[in-house]
Amino acid sequence: MSTNVSNLLYLVTIVTFILALRFLSSPAHARRGNQLGAVGMLVAIVVTWIKTGGTSWWALALGMLVGGGFGAVAARKVKMTAMPQMVALFNGVGGGAAALISLAELHRILPDPGRPKIDIGLAIVLSGLIGAVSFAGSMIAFGKLQELISGRPITYPGQQFVNAGLFLACLTAGIALVAGVQDEWLLWLLTAGAAIFGLLFVLPIGGADMPVVISLLNAFTGLAVALGGFELESNVLIVSGMLVGASGTMLTLMMGRAMNRSITNVLFGAFGQVTAGAAAVAAGDGGAVRSATAEDVAVMLAYAHKVVFVPGYGLAVAQAQHDVRQLADLLEAKGVEVTYAIHPVAGRMPGHMNVLLAEANVPYPQLKEMDEANPEFARTDVAVIVGANDVVNPDARNNQGSPIYGMPILNVDDAQSVVVLKRSMNPGFAGIENPLFYNPKTVMLFGDAKASIGELISDVKTL
Amino acid sequence: MSHNTLLVFEVTILVLAIFLGIEVISKVPALLHTPLMSGTNAIHGVVIVGAMLVLGLGHKGPFTWIIGFLAVVLASANVVGGFVVTDRMLEMFKKRERPPKDS
Repeated sequence: MSTNVSNLLYLVTIVTFILALRFLSSPAHARRGNQLGAVGMLVAIVVTWIKTGGTSWWALALGMLVGGGFGAVAARKVKMTAMPQMVALFNGVGGGAAALISLAELHRILPDPGRPKIDIGLAIVLSGLIGAVSFAGSMIAFGKLQELISGRPITYPGQQFVNAGLFLACLTAGIALVAGVQDEWLLWLLTAGAAIFGLLFVLPIGGADMPVVISLLNAFTGLAVALGGFELESNVLIVSGMLVGASGTMLTLMMGRAMNRSITNVLFGAFGQVTAGAAAVAAGDGGAVRSATAEDVAVMLAYAHKVVFVPGYGLAVAQAQHDVRQLADLLEAKGVEVTYAIHPVAGRMPGHMNVLLAEANVPYPQLKEMDEANPEFARTDVAVIVGANDVVNPDARNNQGSPIYGMPILNVDDAQSVVVLKRSMNPGFAGIENPLFYNPKTVMLFGDAKASIGELISDVKTL
Repeated sequence: MSHNTLLVFEVTILVLAIFLGIEVISKVPALLHTPLMSGTNAIHGVVIVGAMLVLGLGHKGPFTWIIGFLAVVLASANVVGGFVVTDRMLEMFKKRERPPKDS
């Protein structure tokens, strides 16, 4: 196959990828877009297979079988609630592959006389660096979400200095390589250093900030792949990688905006450490917490005109999405209008709640984004908070001293009454007290969200 | 094509891809942000092309072989896992097509 023919076929792949993203503009044809992208990927793989001309075909086949088999099984088996960590994992291995390509490329060109061309050297160094950070960072994100390591920020004194020092060391090694120091070990050190940097960099980031981190690491891998395209002179890698890099960066910025925090603050703020002071202060402004029984709440819901469910990460943890839908069905059968208000950063991944509720067959027109949901609360009888906390915290509006002050929230306190389903009075993931719980409009229904909703379902049925 | 001409051409398409990425993404509703992440995740699995070139071409030493093989394994997991997960998610988004429930 001539280079021209293969490049034209790669162009077909690029077009299918663009269409795959384009089709994501509506849920109606998004799935077809993704399948089209998969076909495009297959084209690229076949073309590349032919290009390699059958050399070590069995190694290629074996590698693809092992990796693809793992990917297929993991992707099929994973529960919808574990989706964020699965995306992190697949993102990480992509970054790892990009870093490995850099190592192999440097090994290939180093024996050549004369130093490597500066642009190729630069691409190798950057792709190795970014790919390794993405790989290690994604693995930590996976570990945190899978709860293999604590989701709370892990910090120690001088952390920023250690990170900065490590980063500078990697940068120095990189500059030396680009400047023509012909030592392969330098790239190994750089890659290893970058991997450790990736570990240390994600460790201090709290679980609630994971949507931003995963999105950023996704952009990183895209960028590493695009740079890999410069090493291998491959247009399909450059364009596809950069598409992902650009879109991932955009999504990251959008997530930051949704929390009214800069990306630097998310990455380096170690947000969500438990501060001894915060809980004590909030407990001071008193106000009693009203706790209700499931029967009380069932009556409130069944005789309401409009009920809005506000899901948060707790919904995913309790895996209560199917139960919530059943309850919503029962209420709708009684003539209650039911919608869901989704905060952009609820959960552990951008759009996490939408996926969970879609899994439970909630029709997507009922899922309302924040801007659409907020004006509706004034004519809502009951807002039911299922495992959300910070995204409904009125302190974000009113209390300048609060760490989340300025974050746009769902104004559930505009509703006639608020029901909070919560395990206990422990503060949420960010470790911040929530005055909503002390609001006279609010009643608390303590217990596991899934069990509580189960009780509500049986109580509503008897009404 | 000389090396520099090629480089300028590559930088050109890189920059165009940035704008295209931003443009395409701005049309995706927040509802689909998870499938968007997961879909772009699958797309960067195209790194498999690079991994295959490393393993299949180039001069063979045990070093290149091992690194290339590992890269192919990782990239294949990225491709297959990425597309399958995205497909599973998108399959679930339905307008209103509930199976009649007997509850």
